[in-house]
Amino acid sequence: MAHDAPATALGPLQQVAGDFGADKQAFTVPWGKAMMWIFLLSDTFIFSCFLTSYMNVRISTMKAWPNPSEVFALHLFGQDIPLILIAIMTFVLITSSGTMALAVNYGYRRDRRRTVMLLCATAALGATFVGMQAFEWTKLITEGVRPWGNPWGAPQFGSSFFMITGFHGCHVTAGVIYLLITAKRVASGFYDRKGSYETVEVAGLYWHFVDLVWVFIFAFFYLW
Amino acid sequence: MSDAKEGQQHPLAVYLWIWLLLFVLSTFSYLVDYFHLHGMLRWSLIITFMLLKAGFIVAIFMHMAWERLALKLAILLPPLCLLILIGFMAIEGDYTFLTRGAAFLH
Repeated sequence: MAHDAPATALGPLQQVAGDFGADKQAFTVPWGKAMMWIFLLSDTFIFSCFLTSYMNVRISTMKAWPNPSEVFALHLFGQDIPLILIAIMTFVLITSSGTMALAVNYGYRRDRRRTVMLLCATAALGATFVGMQAFEWTKLITEGVRPWGNPWGAPQFGSSFFMITGFHGCHVTAGVIYLLITAKRVASGFYDRKGSYETVEVAGLYWHFVDLVWVFIFAFFYLW
Repeated sequence: MSDAKEGQQHPLAVYLWIWLLLFVLSTFSYLVDYFHLHGMLRWSLIITFMLLKAGFIVAIFMHMAWERLALKLAILLPPLCLLILIGFMAIEGDYTFLTRGAAFLH
């Protein structure tokens, strides 16, 4: 506002115009982080296409859509609890997101031991999630769910389910491998020699994105 | 190292509070199903909890709240064109449904 104020007084849009228009690097973040964000943006479009096609087939089918609440119920303690496996998977993934956020934080504090432990905990929770998903797939396949049909109604249920959860499961699996490699590098002091722990934050971006996608799958596929 | 803080460094408490909040919101969205809520109430609650969770993950865990506006706009604006795709596909789905219905009547 005041004409003697430093550059920080620029309006937000002037700042953006400066970042994009000036003869300099547009994003003032490490290139790895910018590239990870752009990759995640492209991945957003892929998952959105899957969820949109799922919406399209669910609107257009002539048969009733199977009730996810009953399909994903588990018989525990002598009663059917609706959607319980999916709820546990959701909590496992959110827990892993929390441990990941802490891993990034301890990385910046140069606390190698805690960072490695938290990264390994995150990877272990991710592996648990994939294991539960394998259990869920096995259960549904045993009950007769196929990409072309199922015992309860609209045949598109199977194809949407396997496509969406399968693609998400592949992302979690890749993330577990990614996190273990990052943990190994933290343990070996690689990032101390490099002088930067920002790679751990970039790995964290990928992991949080996997959790983020699950939030949408949980809402649209399982709860809707 | 230089005096400037490297990367995104924030107090632990911020992460722990958001973590707790995500647990609470997930519990709420599960309860929507558990109590068999129906109709607009169910859908509006699902969407509200979903957007809140997504917002907190992106803003705090992924540090988007502290990034410069240029990065925010470059990443968060493009997905808005998905709304057009979703709108088109919803109309297309309705049309396919009606066409199938008409075909079955013949």
